[in-house]
Amino acid sequence: MGQKPTFDPRAHVDHMEAVLGLEIRPEWRDSVVRYMATTAEAAALVNDFRLDDAVEIAPTFKA
Amino acid sequence: MHLDPLLGTVEEIAASVRRGEVSARDMATLSLDAIEAGNKRVNAYSDVTADRALREADAIDALRKSGAILPPLAGVPYGVKNLYDVTGLPTLAGSRINRDDPPKTADATLIARTAEAGGLLTGALHMVEYAYGFTGENAHYGAVKNPHDLDRMTGGSSSGTAAAIAAGMIPFGYGSDTNGSIRVPAGFCGLFGLKPTFGRLSRARSFLFVPSLDHVGPLARSARDLALIFDCLQGYDPLDPACVDRDSLVTMPDIEKGMEGLRVAIAGGYFRERAFPEAVKTMDVVASELGITREVEMPEAARARAAAFVITTAEGGNLHLDRLRSRPADFDPDIRDRLISGAMVPADWYLQAQRFRTWFRKKVLALFEDVDVILAPVSPCYAPELGATTFNLDGEEVLVRVQIGIYTQPISFIGLPVVAVPVWLDGARLPLGVQVIAPPWREDLALRVARDMERRGLAEARLALLQ
Repeated sequence: MGQKPTFDPRAHVDHMEAVLGLEIRPEWRDSVVRYMATTAEAAALVNDFRLDDAVEIAPTFKA
Repeated sequence: MHLDPLLGTVEEIAASVRRGEVSARDMATLSLDAIEAGNKRVNAYSDVTADRALREADAIDALRKSGAILPPLAGVPYGVKNLYDVTGLPTLAGSRINRDDPPKTADATLIARTAEAGGLLTGALHMVEYAYGFTGENAHYGAVKNPHDLDRMTGGSSSGTAAAIAAGMIPFGYGSDTNGSIRVPAGFCGLFGLKPTFGRLSRARSFLFVPSLDHVGPLARSARDLALIFDCLQGYDPLDPACVDRDSLVTMPDIEKGMEGLRVAIAGGYFRERAFPEAVKTMDVVASELGITREVEMPEAARARAAAFVITTAEGGNLHLDRLRSRPADFDPDIRDRLISGAMVPADWYLQAQRFRTWFRKKVLALFEDVDVILAPVSPCYAPELGATTFNLDGEEVLVRVQIGIYTQPISFIGLPVVAVPVWLDGARLPLGVQVIAPPWREDLALRVARDMERRGLAEARLALLQ
């Protein structure tokens, strides 16, 4: 049994800023962190719902 | 028919032009004059294409003079949200950044099809930057104002399209809808709006926002107009990878069939919660007037909305990543910060949201085995005042921007066709939209019910008289 996921939005934003090559000005950072936290809440609601392994994403790409 | 032909419906205007009661040039001129006069008040247009509208009008008049049969939208002026490519204009998508792009050399597919159908393009209309928002406000170009109350929001992101139609500048226009961006402004501005099935209408040569969820469609002042326009726009387009190759659905011949034989239900549960009194009352009046006693519940709608939120921010962030790197200070600050956080969404969150979409779609489609059409409010409230950031709901301060779309997001999430219809409670100065939701590929059913509501006087697109 793994541990319960935790999420630190500020640490995540700091890390991903470098990963993505972004430059977040100091006066923008709090706002970005706030939105990251909101998205984490939404994602938690979705991820808390158990999906069967057979449930696949709906593809729209047709070759 | 109105004394001012421009205030008629699309159907009426096209019929008048066909009969020679008014020329296409007259219609173009009337519309351009109305835009000149009204745009100062509502801030709907970003670019006016007067020369093009007049040129297209003259071609229609010449065609009529030759004795040829005119196409269905001949001589009818319209406008498009400024995320559609228009030959000769950069595609702004509500942004300052895209103003530096070169002018487009071809029209969006929807515009090309409308030109074939005889429409007169009057210009491009303001929108929320990169379509990421429900308010109709824009840090670069100012807020578009609701013609029914200039201190209130139009809703977004197709804000200019709705304002121009409600103010009588044009009888129809095009928007796009990712999470509610056709339905919300239609509801707030008192119009009919059609968000077709995902994959039905081509999005080619329009500036997308969230490819998994983006739809394009018309707003107009009657259900019949939506049907007429929709019937002109269909058809496979290989330029849009999401466009599905299937037979067109001709909706106009059956639109007067009404609700007879259709099983119509009200969406309960989630769609009755977190509503302001006007939304509860509107749905009660609609249910009572239409004799609807059945209620259905879409399971896990709150999670569906959350999943749509995650997909939206992740795909939007990815789409704009280069611009977020190179020109972050040129974005609307609020939208920039949301897109930056969206670009940082872990893959697991995004993929789980996409998988949940499959689950939710299956559950909702099962509901359509027992009902044909489901009704739900477009928004939980009337159009909020411009500049409002929070409002009080059940004693809790909630974000306006977030709350506006709570009822539209779960529906577009799975691509169901919806007609937004404007309902005015007795004595109300503002409308509230109702979503008429049908199974995939059955826009005809939603249009029939919308038309029935209009015929009964339950839904009405009122023109706003600008003072």
